[in-house]
Amino acid sequence: MKKILLLVSILFSLTAAADESAIKLQQGAGLDAVTRNCSTCHSLDYIPMNSVFQERKGWEATVNKMIKVMGAPIKPEDVPPIVDYLTAHYGK
Amino acid sequence: MDRRNFLKNTAGGVLAAAGGLVLPKHVFGASPTTNLNELPAGTVASAVLESLPGKRPLIKRSYRPPNFETPVEYFNEIFTPNDAFFVRYHLSNIPEVSADSWRLKIGGDAAQKPFELTLEQLKRDFEQVEIAAVCMCSGNRRGLSVPHVPGVEWAHGAMGNARWKGVRLRDVLNKAGIAKETVEVAFDGSDRGVLDATPDFVKSIPAWKALDENTLIAYEMNGAPLPHWNGFPARIIVPGWTATYWMKHVTSITLLTQPFKGFWVNTAYRIPKGKFPITQQFVSQENETTTPITEMVVNSLITNLKPNQTFRLGQPVVVKGIAWDSGYGIRLVEVSTDGGMTWRDAQLEKDYGRFSWRQWSYAFKPSKKGSYSVLAKASNSQGASQTFEWIFNAAGYHNNVVQQIAIAVT
Repeated sequence: MKKILLLVSILFSLTAAADESAIKLQQGAGLDAVTRNCSTCHSLDYIPMNSVFQERKGWEATVNKMIKVMGAPIKPEDVPPIVDYLTAHYGK
Repeated sequence: MDRRNFLKNTAGGVLAAAGGLVLPKHVFGASPTTNLNELPAGTVASAVLESLPGKRPLIKRSYRPPNFETPVEYFNEIFTPNDAFFVRYHLSNIPEVSADSWRLKIGGDAAQKPFELTLEQLKRDFEQVEIAAVCMCSGNRRGLSVPHVPGVEWAHGAMGNARWKGVRLRDVLNKAGIAKETVEVAFDGSDRGVLDATPDFVKSIPAWKALDENTLIAYEMNGAPLPHWNGFPARIIVPGWTATYWMKHVTSITLLTQPFKGFWVNTAYRIPKGKFPITQQFVSQENETTTPITEMVVNSLITNLKPNQTFRLGQPVVVKGIAWDSGYGIRLVEVSTDGGMTWRDAQLEKDYGRFSWRQWSYAFKPSKKGSYSVLAKASNSQGASQTFEWIFNAAGYHNNVVQQIAIAVT
């Protein structure tokens, strides 16, 4: 029993229990692609936190960094709607 | 008499007459412009005060990975309470480590006798030491950059000061046998990315820094075990250097004969070469244009005044704050109450060691009603001081721009 508890405590990942579901991004075309892709690895508050001061090329660089450096498996067809959404709603 | 000398004489004369105080040490011909930005509007809108398990309410910058900032009020204390200490992670898979099952592996191609330690062995087999030191995220104040740059948009609170207890890293490395070809020592912690493809957060430091008597493997802060969110059961402490090297939940220490190649050292946490007054360099990781961030720059913070706070005429105003550098020692803190025209020395409080921040205070009695622009500027024993304009770097590091707070006397 002790071993099982130990195993559970090791395997249990704390994903900041605080309420991430409270984050409300602006509605708009591309939000679905953003939610589906970006929230795999991080909460979506990274987006409003980084606004509003980036132009399209800034958001484009961020999305590309997520794919090329962080290994995000974003399908090529999802990239334009994500960048369009970020630029339209959180871009300068 | 030129304009500068005229201003110098009159400003000093007027102040001396009005306050009966000594002449200011440094006088500018005109008020300097300090350019600290406001936080981005979206940063302000998405910040909330929330508690992680075991923590008091802190300023939430992001939920996952958790990035939570300490409110400035806590910096009125010399040591930052463990449950108010800031939280910073890059990757969101953060296992809760059990003290019993935790093992620390010491190995690498430059380790002659690789071995493993339990927490008990770590505490028992090596001399225990305690050091007071500032732990500050490289990107502290990124959110105040002009212009804004992307990242976690911290204000002033991605830092804290604590008493760190542990053992010297060099004692542990010596037990493994350090090959003379050792160039770097790398640390890995138990946190990792959601995806296998995400670069694991692994950091290295130069061998000479790993062998510094102040570099520790710590298991206590402020007399208590490390909180989970600050690296339980053990983390690396590199006093004077930014917190990126202070690996939390450390599980492996690797002695290397070749410079470490990994995203978080090779590409991230870099500053442009030659732009900052830094003494300790990480030479084995330098490239043509950039070098890893290492030491903190001289900095200070006013901790007890809120913007537009009002005071009654006739009441003394006490300005309190903290100042720190990378361990050369704070020599002087100067305060201006007239927008930077004239400066007076603040009183330095008790010294808790060269890696701790130093508290200071300055009292003055406003002679008339109106707005007062209060600034504070620290200098260290090397003569390095703070800047009035941020030295641009794309990652938003080393923001030691002199802070300016307006107060009103009514």
